[in-house]
Amino acid sequence: MIRFHGVAKRYPGGNDALRGISFEVTQGEMVFVTGPSGAGKSTLLRLIPLLERPTRGSVIVNDVNLSTLTRRRIPYLRRSIGMIFQDHRLLPDRSVFDNVALPLVIAGFEHKETQRRVRAALDKVGLLERERSDPATLSGGEQQRVGIARAVVSRPPILLADEPTGNLDPALSEEIMRLFEQFNRVGVTLIIASHDHALVERLGYRRVHLTDGALA
Amino acid sequence: MRFFTQHISAAIGALGEFQRRLTSNLMTTTVIGIALALPAIFILALDNLAEISQDWDGTPSANLYLERTLSEPEQAALQTQIDELAGITGSILIGAEQGKTTFAERTGMAEMLNLLEENPFPAVIQATPVSTLAPNEVAELVNQLADLPGVEDVRLDQTWLQRLQTIVELASRATGLIGALLAIAVVLVVGNTIRLDIENRRSEIEIMKLIGGTDAFVRRPFVYAGFWHGLIGGMLAWILSAIVITVIARPANRLAGLYDSGFALSGPWLADGLTIVATGVLLSLTGAWVAVTQHLRRIEPGEGT
Ligand SMILES: Nc1ncnc2c1ncn2[C@@H]1O[C@H](COP(=O)(O)OP(=O)(O)O)[C@@H](O)[C@H]1O
Ligand SMILES: [Mg+2]
Repeated sequence: MIRFHGVAKRYPGGNDALRGISFEVTQGEMVFVTGPSGAGKSTLLRLIPLLERPTRGSVIVNDVNLSTLTRRRIPYLRRSIGMIFQDHRLLPDRSVFDNVALPLVIAGFEHKETQRRVRAALDKVGLLERERSDPATLSGGEQQRVGIARAVVSRPPILLADEPTGNLDPALSEEIMRLFEQFNRVGVTLIIASHDHALVERLGYRRVHLTDGALA
Repeated sequence: MRFFTQHISAAIGALGEFQRRLTSNLMTTTVIGIALALPAIFILALDNLAEISQDWDGTPSANLYLERTLSEPEQAALQTQIDELAGITGSILIGAEQGKTTFAERTGMAEMLNLLEENPFPAVIQATPVSTLAPNEVAELVNQLADLPGVEDVRLDQTWLQRLQTIVELASRATGLIGALLAIAVVLVVGNTIRLDIENRRSEIEIMKLIGGTDAFVRRPFVYAGFWHGLIGGMLAWILSAIVITVIARPANRLAGLYDSGFALSGPWLADGLTIVATGVLLSLTGAWVAVTQHLRRIEPGEGT
């Protein structure tokens, strides 16, 4: 489903974030990308929805070589990928409901269907009764769950999470991971970047370990 | 259908954004309104003026001011003599008394006129030359009329008409230039407002692009913001020009009455108003479009994280 082939990324300024890595994630897999801070985990994830383009090598998603994708096609690639960030990236001036509804609004879903799906997603992350709240009034763990609801609301086949538990205590981290496992069980392919080795170890999924931009 | 609902929601959303920063947005629309109203007022006034100079049937008439010593039979004889001239199609004799009465009626200055011992108005013969005369033939005719015994002065009312036409033309050119400059100002004002709007909503734009918003989707609220600025600014311009024209219409019409002109200044009604509003919308959309194409593409969700 996702294939990296000799991928290197050098940022403007000469920073080599990735130095020729190759690996594959098959459909329905749940994979952790580990490694110390600065190893290139975020860069690796950002290449998949084309938030960055590789300097060398190719990234193939759903049999599409991303280097052939024109600017106009990028939004449609991104719609098939749910993204979760450490800093949530919620819109502070919109309600929880509106934040979660955003991907559906962008995709042009009908009002009724949007409501139904947003409620289902919020129910899944246990925040249905907070739909009218302002994101700023929620705790860190709750904001992260809103971010997850937004990522899954349009039911994308791929979920990417960059340090989703970075700011959370162990109990909340565990809870978030359980959610991911639930999505994985219904066939979603997940790639999760984390430097929390203990947690990743305990869960026992496949790991891709990066050090200094190379696979270990 | 989906296309429509997306546009409607973008339009309503942009209106919501408009009223969220109501004060600064209203200042922008007021600037737009004034910038549109100024040329609109001049254009409307000039249109009115141009209409009178066109309403003129094209034949100038010559006003012959008669010497006061002429008796009424002598005046009548003079009129007959003029009517017989080649180049004159007809004439009207306006006696001194009649001139005074007409003026008194029109201006309401009868009392003042009565204070004068003598009637200040001379008898006048309005002679209409043949309409096919060339300008030099007209000049020759004027000389011929002026040389008639009993005629004190001849004035061709074409001279003021020509003057009016020249002034109207000059003023419309000036209005055109000023209008063009103000149109550029509207485009720039809206462009700048939308640019600031884009800067303020940078993180929102990044998130939209992050979750798969197309360029068209991200652009839409800002283009609609431009539309609302233009619509509201245009309506303001309509109201402003209607007020200004109504205020100056009364004295202008009275003045026109003094000149015996059918001129009546009319305000910007439906067609003119719609033109003003449409112009405002068009210019604002242009400004918004320029801002959006220049700044929106540069915001990409790549940086950061
Ligand atoms: N936008 C950027 N511009 C320049 N250098 C960057 C940028 N993003 C990341 N880097 C550099 O690339 C390397 C890998 O960063 P990153 O992928 O964020 O690692 P990780 O997520 O594992 O901490 C680091 O040295 C970082 O400084
Ligand atoms: Mg990182």
